[in-house]
Amino acid sequence: MTSRRRWGAAGRADDSGAVIGRVRRNTELGLIVLASVIVVSAYVLASLGQNASIPANIVPFLGVVLGLLVLAHVATRRLAPFADPLLLPLAALLNGLGYVMIARLSGEPNINGDLAGLQSTWTAIGIGAYVGTLVFVDRARTLDRYRYTVGAVGLGLLLVPLMPIIGREINGARIWASIGPINFQPGEFAKLALAVFFASYLVDKRELLRVATFRVGPFWLPEPKHLAPILAAWLGSLVIMVAEKDLGSSLLFFAVFVVMLWVATERLWYLLISGALFSAGAILAWSRFSHVQRRVDTWLDPWADSRDSGFQVTESLFALADGGLTGKGLGLGSASRIPEVENDFIFAALGEELGLFGTTAILLTYLLIVGSGLRIAILAENSFEKILAVGLSALIGIQAFIIIGGVIRVVPLTGITLPFVSYGGSSLLANYVILALLIRISDQTARRLRAQEEQAREAVS
Amino acid sequence: MNAKILRLGVAFMVLYTLLFAQLNNVQLFGAEKLAENPVNNRRAIRDFGQARGAIWTADGVLIARSDPVANGQFENRRVYPEGELFAEVTGYVSFNSGSAGVEREYNDELAGRTAGQAYGDVGDFFLGRDTTADITMTLRADVQRVARDALGDRRGAVVALDPRSGAIIAMWGWPTYDPNLLADTDTAAANVERRRLLDAAGNPLLPTTYRELYFPGSTFKVVTATAAVDNEVATLRDPVFADERAYTPPLTDVPVGNFGGSTCGGDLAEIMRRSCNSAFAQLAAEIIGPGPLIATAEAFGFNQIPPIDLPDAVASVFPADYGEPLQSVDSFFGRPAGGSDVQVYEDTPSLARAAIGQFDVKASPLQMALVAGAVGNAGVMREPHVVAEVRQQNGDLVGAGPSGLWQQSMTLGTSVLMREAMVGVVVNGTAGRLAVDGFEVGGKTGTAQLGRSVAETHAWIIGFAGEPGQPAQVAVAVLVEADPAVGQQTGGTVAAPIAQQVLAQALLPVPAAPEPADG
Repeated sequence: MTSRRRWGAAGRADDSGAVIGRVRRNTELGLIVLASVIVVSAYVLASLGQNASIPANIVPFLGVVLGLLVLAHVATRRLAPFADPLLLPLAALLNGLGYVMIARLSGEPNINGDLAGLQSTWTAIGIGAYVGTLVFVDRARTLDRYRYTVGAVGLGLLLVPLMPIIGREINGARIWASIGPINFQPGEFAKLALAVFFASYLVDKRELLRVATFRVGPFWLPEPKHLAPILAAWLGSLVIMVAEKDLGSSLLFFAVFVVMLWVATERLWYLLISGALFSAGAILAWSRFSHVQRRVDTWLDPWADSRDSGFQVTESLFALADGGLTGKGLGLGSASRIPEVENDFIFAALGEELGLFGTTAILLTYLLIVGSGLRIAILAENSFEKILAVGLSALIGIQAFIIIGGVIRVVPLTGITLPFVSYGGSSLLANYVILALLIRISDQTARRLRAQEEQAREAVS
Repeated sequence: MNAKILRLGVAFMVLYTLLFAQLNNVQLFGAEKLAENPVNNRRAIRDFGQARGAIWTADGVLIARSDPVANGQFENRRVYPEGELFAEVTGYVSFNSGSAGVEREYNDELAGRTAGQAYGDVGDFFLGRDTTADITMTLRADVQRVARDALGDRRGAVVALDPRSGAIIAMWGWPTYDPNLLADTDTAAANVERRRLLDAAGNPLLPTTYRELYFPGSTFKVVTATAAVDNEVATLRDPVFADERAYTPPLTDVPVGNFGGSTCGGDLAEIMRRSCNSAFAQLAAEIIGPGPLIATAEAFGFNQIPPIDLPDAVASVFPADYGEPLQSVDSFFGRPAGGSDVQVYEDTPSLARAAIGQFDVKASPLQMALVAGAVGNAGVMREPHVVAEVRQQNGDLVGAGPSGLWQQSMTLGTSVLMREAMVGVVVNGTAGRLAVDGFEVGGKTGTAQLGRSVAETHAWIIGFAGEPGQPAQVAVAVLVEADPAVGQQTGGTVAAPIAQQVLAQALLPVPAAPEPADG
């Protein structure tokens, strides 16, 4: 309500755009301070719970958290002053809570290495990437120009883990690449590049794809040749599922593509065809490949082999159940028993220590991010920006759904990170770039509205 | 496209509502079911690490306590300062192998989880008051130590109890184990120890005194004699059995021989003193008969689980089926009718053996101590128990061990005669080494053969002691298991000296002050 009233008031002011920008940025700053207070409190509580002492490094920690967030905020103020004010604080909250949990888990004897130190480095790099993206991508449409380069890069990144020397298989999934000392997951960047490519491709072809010329029974379908891109995406996702054994990313790519296709063409049949294709592919993969079967069996009945293949899921459920409504308190849970808890299963650790209240807050945070992203898409006038914003929002929303749903047994478990929360550099980096692109699109839309209003005012006067 | 984007937003809300619904299911409505899932050991870790109440002996020796642990997944660890001395009774709490003994039977009280302890008032719910309760046992550390030292490294068991209340005074079995090792917070080490104990000879983890059954041998003659007196088919003076080497029951050629092939006979008092197998076999087969003998055995608690406050106590066995009656004893032996009301049964040969504690008769050391106690306590058997009282940290009484009437084993008149008979066994019979100066002591020895041709024997003694004319203060049962390396060992020479030391110590007043720990 407040912001709409301000919009109206600003419309009558002389320099309306500047006011909008200032109001939005001040809102963002306020929310960032709020997120920081929550994160720093959580950090103190986790330390109290674990060691009954206030963390020794609380002052530098506070400084780094505030410093990084203020840096991101100032960059936004400078580079995208009219952008949506919710996205950055929401991402900061998720990233902060994830960091607190990772830092708290680092103190457990069965967690190897200084994950907290690395994660803070990754966060700094992620914020750097956010600022960098805002600096270098002054207009989202610029990306449209490099569609084939971006598409090729996306495809290349997707296939990097399959290459003989660079590719690495870790924990049963071939999704890693290592160059020298650096390990990363190219898929995290591939999803970003492919979303850009899909947006640009769909903008180009959407009119053609909308036309139905071909009749099967009661259905009018597009010309078969226009189905080729769907088939290509489908085959791509099957390759990821089978060759890289990465079911989560496979589902994510295909779902995001289908969502973008559906929004761009406004044709339901694409959803139906894609759904049928994916089901067929999934059933085929399930019938042929043991790693897929195992995931499905574990999903249907994790208790059958609860101490082996079902261990992570059953222990996650136990952790969440132990958390109950209000949680056991930060630092007081025992989620470190779950393998990969700092990564794919961090949601279970958060659920144990923060309870249903905490998990619900996390769900709402993702919904708000997706909602903000979709609002940006609706307001965007340029089709490319619109479809891209849909794709980027869907990436975060679907990815969070797949992994949370996997942990709590709504869908089969697939190894995929929880955006902004899980430990890992590739994921944080990619998600901050997604955030920056959404901010960029939002900013441009607001600028354009402002220009239109000024024109209208000039015309009136 | 905007309409589709809105619809996409709705789709996301539906998807996330699905997640929310399942989270409610997992974290709230189904949480209890998940917590109770058998593979969920979260509660076990919490319980194992939880502080429990202390356990003390009747003479004030601390035998179990919880110590806080600085780091690791458990908050506390259980310590048994007396090591293996009380393992038979306290048992242990172990992370992987559960719990045993008092630790298991009184788990809720020790952990502070009985309804009364958990919520004294509403405020406790928030303040986290220490709800645990301490246990005071009926066992005395001084008597327990004497039992341990007297038995030494022979396999066997010692039970001493106060028959007037059913309170167990000492309960020792060897081999045993150190519960500290099983309660180790290093669960891997505790597991190694458990596996070692499971493989060890003599089954150290099994509490011999109340969970293991043995042939009671001649100690069972107390039951047979009681059956005869209580059913008024015999007194201490009548009938008089002829001196025989052996007695061959009806329907068999296999004789029941006397110990060492000796000739043996006399009235009931004499055949008790000399432990005549032939006479007792004849008494059961021809004079008592199966029905009264079964009834008396069950009145002593056979074929029932003793109501002791320890988990998984086993019932001692007296076989209760000897087939159909065939003809009267008189007509079988071609005697004139009217001499005996007893019939010859299809399995009378087994009955004759059962009467001397052989055949399929099996008894726990606890059971045999209760038998002696019933004779010493005017025929009354009280519920045996090891816990005197359970008190919360604020002094509130939470509970106590059972101490009601368990069995009326015989009439008062019978008990007077049986007491006289058992005192006779000590004064002038096989249990002479049981005597304690200044007290009236009764007893019965047993030397139970394992199979017919083997020279190995279990050595038994049961007995009671107290002021003359008063209910006995202490009853005792000692079993020394058969040992191939030792060969034949008689109850009178091997078991009686052990029981004598235990009786003598138990008859001393309870030491008031706590004693220093004894390694």
